[in-house]
Amino acid sequence: MTGLPDRLTRPLIDENPITLQILGICSALAVTTTLATALTMSLALTVVISLSATLISMIRNHIPHSVRLIIQITIISALVIVMDGLLRAFAYEMSQRLSVFVGLIVTNCLVMGRAEAFAMRHPPGESFLDALGNGLGYSLILIVVGTLREGLGLGTILGVPLAPMLGLDGFTTLALMQRAPAAFFILGLLIWAIRAWRPAQVERPEYQLSSEEEDA
Amino acid sequence: MAETPVPWWRLFAMANDDPRKAVGMTVLVAFVAALGVSTAATVLKPYQQVHVERERQARLDAMLNTLPGLRGLMVEAGIDTLETRIVDLQSGQYDPAIDPASFDPDEAAKGPATSRDLPPGADPAGLKRIATHAPVYLLERDGRLHLVVLPVSGMGYQSLIRAYLALEPDLNTVAALTIVEQAETPGIGARIAEPDWQALWPGHRITDDDGRIMIRVTQGAAGPYEVDGISGATRTGNGITAMLTFWLGDQGFGPFLDRLRERGF
Repeated sequence: MTGLPDRLTRPLIDENPITLQILGICSALAVTTTLATALTMSLALTVVISLSATLISMIRNHIPHSVRLIIQITIISALVIVMDGLLRAFAYEMSQRLSVFVGLIVTNCLVMGRAEAFAMRHPPGESFLDALGNGLGYSLILIVVGTLREGLGLGTILGVPLAPMLGLDGFTTLALMQRAPAAFFILGLLIWAIRAWRPAQVERPEYQLSSEEEDA
Repeated sequence: MAETPVPWWRLFAMANDDPRKAVGMTVLVAFVAALGVSTAATVLKPYQQVHVERERQARLDAMLNTLPGLRGLMVEAGIDTLETRIVDLQSGQYDPAIDPASFDPDEAAKGPATSRDLPPGADPAGLKRIATHAPVYLLERDGRLHLVVLPVSGMGYQSLIRAYLALEPDLNTVAALTIVEQAETPGIGARIAEPDWQALWPGHRITDDDGRIMIRVTQGAAGPYEVDGISGATRTGNGITAMLTFWLGDQGFGPFLDRLRERGF
């Protein structure tokens, strides 16, 4: 049995939705060119996933199996529209920079995944913690990737130049870091590092070559 | 279970595999979600409008900056923005009775006394209803007109596009086109908002010698009237063509431009 605090902490590293389940990659690539966009996106997704999981869990016993996806999507998209509206009202600049990606939270497998796999079968409190944990796990990866990409690519953190902070005159920025492939490289390295540290996450091969079986 | 008068309690009491429950729950959830979304939209609208308004002003300023020599002229004249006047669209006359500072074109387009329906045949831009009056922005120096800026709008592929069209003093040459508001497909139609595309506009002619409005957005543009469209955004381009055709025509600023040509500033 998993205790309630574990519901919140396990998705941070051990069951991280991005690095273990490889979900939500699209937005992780698109919004991590700067730390500020990564933080805003993290906040938006964490709020949406927590609220949607709680709401869906509250009515889970009355959701007919045949229409459960429609009902989940309706709840999630309503929350996303409200979130998008809030950003446009109070963080207009940021909402312009995030363009469609807040809207695309609707199709983020992470949100649907937690609703379908967890909130449909667990009480609201537990679902809320699980979703919050997953949102924070997603945020953690976005923040790491965003920090590296902005730091190395633009030489700033949250728009503040890094070089003076490090006592340097300046350094050559890596333009590649601002492009999409860099996010893949960083995610790949992160997954490698986490799996080296927690070997339990390494997937067993689905099949082995027959020669190896003979050798064994 | 005891009979209850509230219908949704009966709905909750149904078995989950009852088709009526599937329909009922979907409708109920959709209704609640719709209520939430519309409430949020209504509450947040004024806050969003402030940003949209500021953005519009910033785009207008940015457009003025792209026009060669214009800023210098304005500094010389000691002004920092264009003069706003309200035009009666049908007569093409200025209407001094309306204070430009308090005139809200969006409100005017809704009011029954300050707007009119467009007949389906005369509504290429898909606006349905427009205000009877519209603001124009002018730059005049020593009795000579230097720039006219007209606010235009029309339906694109999926959203209402608003733009400022700046005309040279000959009233037949585009000085600049700036898109101030649009929600077209990101990466495709939305590229009309990029400076690179808007930079194609200056210098294009509007009407031919017979006064027909010829300016249009098309693929593989050639000649003085055609502006190259964005690949994959044909319908957005068509929307802009229709928008300009409408607003420069008789239903739009046509009478005002005629009057300006005949009698001058």
